Formats: sequence, C-alpha cells, structure tokens
Amino acid sequence: CPENEMIRVIRSARTQGEERGVIQRECAAIRAQFRQADSGGRSHNLAKLLYVHMLGYPAHFGQMECVRMIASPRYSEKRIGYLGAMMLLDEKQDASLLITNSIKNDLSHSSQYIQSLALCTLACMGSAEMCRDLAPEIERLLKASNSYIKKKAALCAVHIVRKIPELGELFTPSAHSLLSDKNHGVLHGAVVLITELCERNPGNLDEFRKAVPELVQIMKGLVTSGYSPEHNVAGISDPFLQVRVLRLLRILGRNNDEASDAMNDLLAQVATNTDSSKTAGSAVLYETVLTIMDIKSESGLRVLAVNILGRFLLNNDRNIRYISMTSLQKIVQTDHTAVQRHRGTIVDCLKDQDASVKRRALELSLALVSAANIRSMMKELLRFLSTCPPELRSHATSGIFNAAERYAPSQRWHIDTILHVLITAGGDVRDETVPNLIQLISVASELHCYTVHKLYRALISDISQQSLVQVACWCIGEYGDLLLKGDCDEIEPMQVTEDDVLDVLETILQSHMSSPTSRGFALTAIMKLSTRITNNIDRIRSVVSIYGSCIDVELQQRAVEYNALFKKYDHMRYLIIFDEDSDIHQSGICSLARTESTHAQEHTTFLRFKNTS
Amino acid sequence: MRFMLLFSRQGKLRLQKWYTATAERDKKKMVRELMQVVLARKPKMCSFLEWRDLKIVYKRYASLYFCCAVEEQDNELITLEVIHRFVELLDKYFGSVCELDIIFNFEKAYFILDEFLMGGEIQDTSKKGVLKAIEQADLLQEEDESPRSVLEEMGLA
Repeated sequence: CPENEMIRVIRSARTQGEERGVIQRECAAIRAQFRQADSGGRSHNLAKLLYVHMLGYPAHFGQMECVRMIASPRYSEKRIGYLGAMMLLDEKQDASLLITNSIKNDLSHSSQYIQSLALCTLACMGSAEMCRDLAPEIERLLKASNSYIKKKAALCAVHIVRKIPELGELFTPSAHSLLSDKNHGVLHGAVVLITELCERNPGNLDEFRKAVPELVQIMKGLVTSGYSPEHNVAGISDPFLQVRVLRLLRILGRNNDEASDAMNDLLAQVATNTDSSKTAGSAVLYETVLTIMDIKSESGLRVLAVNILGRFLLNNDRNIRYISMTSLQKIVQTDHTAVQRHRGTIVDCLKDQDASVKRRALELSLALVSAANIRSMMKELLRFLSTCPPELRSHATSGIFNAAERYAPSQRWHIDTILHVLITAGGDVRDETVPNLIQLISVASELHCYTVHKLYRALISDISQQSLVQVACWCIGEYGDLLLKGDCDEIEPMQVTEDDVLDVLETILQSHMSSPTSRGFALTAIMKLSTRITNNIDRIRSVVSIYGSCIDVELQQRAVEYNALFKKYDHMRYLIIFDEDSDIHQSGICSLARTESTHAQEHTTFLRFKNTS
Repeated sequence: MRFMLLFSRQGKLRLQKWYTATAERDKKKMVRELMQVVLARKPKMCSFLEWRDLKIVYKRYASLYFCCAVEEQDNELITLEVIHRFVELLDKYFGSVCELDIIFNFEKAYFILDEFLMGGEIQDTSKKGVLKAIEQADLLQEEDESPRSVLEEMGLA
C-alpha cells in the first residue's frame, strides 16, 4: 500500500528537520499526481495527503482533489474523497459549496453505502446553506423503508436542526412516527432528534409529551427483556438507548405534572432494578437520578434517587464517586436534608487521592456545614487543610473563613479557627480576606491579649506567609502593650521585650519575602508602637527616617508622613486617629489618613490614647 | 460530543474528529492544550475533568489515549461506554488492535468511527450491526479496486 510506505519513511526520520524534508518531498509528489488526473492510485494519493495533514502540516492544496474524488463514480474514490472533505474542508471554505451537488446526487444513489457517505459528510460539515438546500431530501429519507438509511437520516436531521432551528418544523411529524420502529439504531436516532427538537424549540414540548407513554413502553421493554446478545452490555440491554430515552423523559417531564406522573412508576422500576456493578448500569442509574431530580417526582422517589447517589459515594470506582458528588452538588440546596444524611461519606472523600474528587468533596462539605455540625465539620476541614493540594488551598481557606463566620459557636472558637488557618496556611489565604479578619479580631476584645500572643509566636518562627504577617503586624501595632506586659491567661508566659518586637517588625521590613503590602503593615505597626512603648522611640524614629528614602514609593510616602508626625506634630502623635472618616481628614495631617485608606489591604483603625492630656 | 481525539503518550495525534465547526488554528491550540492536561494526569485519577467550558472524558488503552469533549448535559459514564465500544469495534476489525494499526490504517479507523458515530451521536447501538456495515463497505471498495476487464472498461460487460 503506497501510503504505508510513505508513513514508514516519515516515521524513520530522526529529527523534526528530517521529517519536514520528507514531508516536503512527498507533498511535491502528491501535488504532481493531483495535476496528472490519471485514475490509478488517486485514492492512495489523497490518503497520503490526509496523513500529512494529521501530522499538522498544511494540506489545503488537496481540497479540490477531494471535490473531484467525491464526484467520481467509484466507491473507493468517493469514500476517501468524502473523508478528505470532512478533514480538510469546513463550512467556511468556498470549496465546501462545490460538493453540495455531489452530496445531493449521492443522497439518492442506489447504493446505501454511498448514500451513507453523503449523509455522514453533511452531518459533519454541512453549512447552513447546504442544510437548507438538502433538508427536504433528508426528510424524504426519514420515511425511507431502509432502517440503515433512516437512522442516519435522523442524525443528519439533528445536525440540520442545530444549524437552522426553524427547519425543525420539517422533521417534527416524521420524528414522532420513528418511535414505532423496532430497530434500535432508528429508535436511538429518533430519540436524539426529538430531544434536539424540544431543546431548540420549547413549542414542540406539548406535541412530544404525547409520546411519553411510548417512551415509557420502550424503556419497560428494555428493562424487563431477557438477555439480548445483540444489545447487551454488562447485563444491561442497550444502555445507550436507555440513557437517551431517560434524558428525553427528563425534558418532557420538567415542570409538567401530567408527564411526570406518567413516568413515575417506570423511573422507580429502573432505579430499583438496574444492576450497577458495571459502568453501563451505573450510567443508566445516573441518568435516572438526574431525571428524577429534575421532574416533578414524588418525594419518595426523590429520596430513592438521593440514596442511589449515596451508594455511589461508596463505590470502589472513583469515576462513580466523582459523578455522585457532581450530582449531589446540584441538589444540595433544594434537597439539603437528604444530602446531609450522606455527610460522613462525603467528608471521607476529602481524603481521596484524586484532586478532582477532593475538589468536589470540598465544595459539598462546605455546602453542608450548618450550625448543628460546625464543630465536627471544622475539625475535618482543618484536617483537610493540612494535606490539601496547592490548587485548592486558597479556596479552602476562604470557605473555612466563611463557614466560621456564619456558624461560630463562640468568639473564642472563631478566633482560634482564624489563628489556626493563618498559622498553618497563611500563605494561601487570599489578600482580600485580611481586612475582614482584622475586623473580626478587633471586635473580640477579651481575646486581644491571647490573639496577639499567638500571632507573635507564629511570626517569630515564620515570616513567609503574607496574610499571617499582615494580620500579625496589625495586631502587634494595636495590642503591642498587651504583648509586652507578658502575661496572658491561656498561654505559657513568655518574656517579650520592646527590642524583640521591633526586631521582628524590622526583619519583615527588610525581608525579600515580604510583599509591599506586608511591609506597609510592618511600618505602620512600628509607628503605632511609638505611642505604646517608652524605651525605643529613637530606634523607631530612625527606622522611619530610613524608609523615608526607600525605593518603594508607597513605603516612602508612608514613612515621610510618619516622620512628619514625629517632627512637627509630635504632641499630636498620641491623638492621631487613623480613620478615613474622621475630622482629621480635613486638616493638614489628612494625607496620612489618605495613605491609610489607599492601602486597600489595610483595615483602618484608631490609635488608642496612651494618656490624655 | 464536540470532538474526539486519539493520541499517544508522546503527544502524537493519531485521530481527530470534530463535530462542530472550528477554525483550524483553534483546533491546533485546543489539541495542544488538552493533550498537555490529560498527559499530566496520574494513572489512578478520575476519567473526568473540567476543561474550559467542556467536560472531558478520557481513557487510556495501552499506548493510546481516547479523549472526548462532551457538553454539560451529556452523561460522562455512558461516554466511557461509547469510547469502549469504539475500541471494541477497532479490536474486532483489526484483530487485537494496537496503536500501530491505527497509524498505518488511519483511514480505516476513521471509516469505522464514521459508521459508529455521526454528529457525535451513536448511529447503531449494535456492535454486530456496525461491523457488518463496515464489512460490506470494504467489499464494495474491493470490487471497485479490482482490475477491470477490457469489456468492462468499455462498458460492455
């Protein structure tokens, strides 16, 4: 076979360059052959070109040859010609119009295999114009006596309807009558066509709802029939057809009590009797569940469906666990109680090896958190966080914060949760959450001492997690006096000196790991500490003045304004309120307040008085 | 189904069938991206993944990945069965099919696919039915290619 030889030669090329050389030579030969128009070997020639095209090389010069081949009377040439058309031509090319006539002729050819080529090609790359032109012919073939052609005409009609929905009218009458055919291929095509007609034009729904009893019968036949070797897949009789019928039933039963009633028993039967030990059966069950949940089913049936999903969660096959969770996610709002029953299994899936399964389990777990289960769920979520894959971490931290905020049983628990997340996954906490976290900490006034101690301790061992750094700096700035006092109820006492604190803040300022935002937080914290400490004012003053000539413009601006505070407004330093809403905005110090407010990451706050004068 | 791709572990495309009109440039881009994503998956992972606005269903058979992109409403589990059916058809046709068969007989692989699916939908749910049709078509092709007698050439026989 000549093309095999060419394929061998191409494959033996050792480099990309060598391959390109071979391809160039071959294409030149192919081109020459095209021009010769001699009949021997034309199919092989075109086949060679198609192989070259598949490797990614340009092959547009073969388009006209496809057109010629399609017009040939020989089957072998038509076959490869049509394949070439499907690979090289698309509806956007002018050449595609040229084959419309050939297709038209071939649609009425005496050989069904040639008719088949035309149908397949039309369904694959037929443009809107071609579809409009040939639709009547397809409609005629839908009524043809030959089931081989009928089933193909049905799918060709599907393509036409997708391209020009209005043409659906043409096929509606025939589509319904196809449902009485015994051939499974025809039935399948009919169901797909009716589905398409209903989806494209809801006006068709009423008409096709009349077919519900027939569809139910078809399903019953498949489910209760004995073993049929021709259609059997792992003990299920034609699962492909079953799935499509179920899907059509879903569309017809949606929002319609009568249709839903008519299919209720059938759905219960399929749900109960289908063996799901293999994929084929699970596919049918899955479609059944989707249908039950989407139509107006009785509550008993809905519970049955959710239980099937629950069983799927325990399946050894990971694909089935994944599918189950996707479905549960869709119904977790509407059928919350039913899904809650499977919470334990869902939480177990957080430990699955597959990241997609983990992601689904995380989504579902977050959706299932409630006031009743917050403590146990949070334990699981925090455990998950420690082994969570990197791509899920920031989503997980956000979800955890949201859940904590909604259902925190106590302020202490809430603060502990926030601290745990910041300390173990602070690098993945989204920047936008920092202001909110600061807000939550600031209102938990009895816990300020505890919080600042814990954060300080975390900070001295690791300054790489930006969100942790920012929140910790803010706390140190605000509650530094509590930190320096040393004692705190729930924490082992630790001696912290002013130098220690300034050390860590300066380290953050200087570290290349610190983001500009974090450095801003650190500098502001140092500044705020000037009102709370007594022994190191000079140190602070010098840090602030150094950063007055810092390359980072924001930091520089901040430092310059703080410097001003020291120099011109020292007596007011204690009274400065870093608050964008305050009157100070109006005065000369307002630029400072503005600097605060432009730092979107930072939550503005009061500088507390040290002493009132 | 939007498209089906067959490719090797080395990222060589062995078959591509597109069921929606897509520009050549976009096809190349999508193929490249998707191959990367699928080839990065580990053996025990799920056969389903989300990519752009599509659901991807893939399965590896020996050295070849069979990869389909389906729409939101499509049933992923049955898509796995569709893939498996296609593999069974290839296997019956070529006799213990392997990647090499697909490489050297790619047109045949397309012919089989085009007899099995049309517009991304199954034409015939019977394995036997599809194989019989292919057999008949092949016979027709053989008759066609066999040397014609002089009389035949002249249209006299």
